[in-house]
Amino acid sequence: MNTLGSSLPYPRDRLWNGFLWVGSLLVVAVLLWPLLIVVLEGSHALSLEFFTQSPSDAGRSGGILPILVSTLAIVSVSLAAALPLAFAIAVMLTEVCRPDGWIATSMRCSLDVLAGVPSVVFGLFGLSLFCRQLGMGYSIAAGGLTLACMILPTLARALTTALEAAGEQHRVSGAALGLSQPAVLWSVTVPVALPGICAGLILAMTRALAETAVLLFTSGYSDRMPESIMDSGRSISIHIYDLSTNVPGGMQNAYGSALALLLMLTVLSVSVHWATRWMHKHMTGASQR
Amino acid sequence: MTHSTLLATPPLVARPYAAAQSIADSRPSSGHIEFDDISVRYGNNKVVESVCLKVPRNSVTAMIGPSGCGKSSMLYTVNRLCDLIPGCCVTGSVEFSWLDNEQMRKDAILLRRQVGMLFQRPNPFPFSIWKNLEFALKQHGIRAKADVNERIESALQEVGLWDEVKDRLSASAFSLSGGQQQRLCLARALVLQPAVLLMDEPCSALDPISTQKIEDLILRLSRTRTILLVTHSLGQARRVASQVAMFWKLDGVGRLIECGSALDLFDQPRHDLTKSYLAYA
Ligand SMILES: Nc1ncnc2c1ncn2[C@@H]1O[C@H](COP(=O)(O)OP(=O)(O)O)[C@@H](O)[C@H]1O
Ligand SMILES: [Mg+2]
Repeated sequence: MNTLGSSLPYPRDRLWNGFLWVGSLLVVAVLLWPLLIVVLEGSHALSLEFFTQSPSDAGRSGGILPILVSTLAIVSVSLAAALPLAFAIAVMLTEVCRPDGWIATSMRCSLDVLAGVPSVVFGLFGLSLFCRQLGMGYSIAAGGLTLACMILPTLARALTTALEAAGEQHRVSGAALGLSQPAVLWSVTVPVALPGICAGLILAMTRALAETAVLLFTSGYSDRMPESIMDSGRSISIHIYDLSTNVPGGMQNAYGSALALLLMLTVLSVSVHWATRWMHKHMTGASQR
Repeated sequence: MTHSTLLATPPLVARPYAAAQSIADSRPSSGHIEFDDISVRYGNNKVVESVCLKVPRNSVTAMIGPSGCGKSSMLYTVNRLCDLIPGCCVTGSVEFSWLDNEQMRKDAILLRRQVGMLFQRPNPFPFSIWKNLEFALKQHGIRAKADVNERIESALQEVGLWDEVKDRLSASAFSLSGGQQQRLCLARALVLQPAVLLMDEPCSALDPISTQKIEDLILRLSRTRTILLVTHSLGQARRVASQVAMFWKLDGVGRLIECGSALDLFDQPRHDLTKSYLAYA
């Protein structure tokens, strides 16, 4: 490879260059290592049955179908609850409030504080509000809503940043054309902001998928197939945690589940990404003659 | 447009203020925009004080002066973009003698349909060329296909862009050059058929050839539209404007220090500050 290194005349530069190379390789290795272990260890467990059967023998054998279903249900509930709220907050902050006014300042401040709260605390809050006071019990709905509270600050922050960056110049040029603020927001700002919105969504989704602490005491850990979102359901992270700590001989399937989780993350991220691209193209492009 | 067609039209520098003057003379002075005692504040910071200015209809009035003396703020009072800036407070009034001011005071959208604006940087929407023009029309309730098509084509014709883009109307507006983007933005304002055009240093980000195209357009458009042009180029003001308003920051506040026909102001400036400002160029 004829890169910078060979054309650098000074030893100091070459040293620096070598340093950069070693650094980058280390970073890649650190990222790939756990991935490699999960793939190597988990691939033994993967089979068609693993995805289509219920767990048996406390998860040592059988599959993870109900767990996948519960996980998707929990994440869907949390995103369905958090996304509109986060969007409303972002619109409030970027389009409605004065950026330096006390409303915007206190909203930003409380989002920052919320983002720093440990997830266990959200779990306790969810347990007391959704499970007890609102009478949802240990259920997918309660778990999803608690997760929604947890990811709300992240999501709202990401959407605010995305809308802010996208709207800046178009807000003024749109207004100068006599376009209404909602028209510019929906037809210009949101389509332009879609990539940023998508990134925020994926970030929030992965946080939700990876969460265990919150769900332990809100959605419970029944490994049966949930019949509605008011049923208890075990998310995949809890399943992995349970198999690897509480179930002797469950390691094999723990790795299998971890690999399934990675696959799920990949599939969800890629599909969000493609959906966004499609929408982006659809909304900004061609409504030609 | 290619270089040959550019050269075919006589270069603008060859007809200093004569061109602007002849256009101004050939039409009836059938109205004006009147700025009455305009003051602008941002929070507690007063940036424009007591500006009274009469802008004749269907002509070009150039606003010149150093940066920060409130020229952009003056433009914002015409289409009330200042309403969008938090903390911005405008007193005084801007009236259009040939329009229904009462109704436009109530409805900023109606006002902005009459008053188009071109900014320093070309700022097309991230849409296709076609959709950039169609979007504004649709939002203003103009949806009949024939009407929409006709207006878009004639706006693009008017800015000399039609022949350049007619084969790629579905391409992104960002695929155009900076000068073309600026003309697209002008077309985007023109589809709404405004009576007034505000231009805030429209050529400061453009190369000389694109600048000349815009100046040509300004002259041509001013036959039927009132144009308020902020510019830092005295040459440009000389070439296109029939009236020139000179702003200056006195005691930290922007004021109108001199206003007159381009001929008078450039040849016999009265104010000392104007004299020294013109001497720099
Ligand atoms: N949004 C704003 N908030 C606060 N001050 C502003 C704002 N816009 C402009 N100003 C101030 O108003 C003064 C005049 O600005 P402007 O109208 O842009 O002048 P010009 O266009 O002549 O350069 C400047 O001193 C600037 O700092
Ligand atoms: Mg300015």
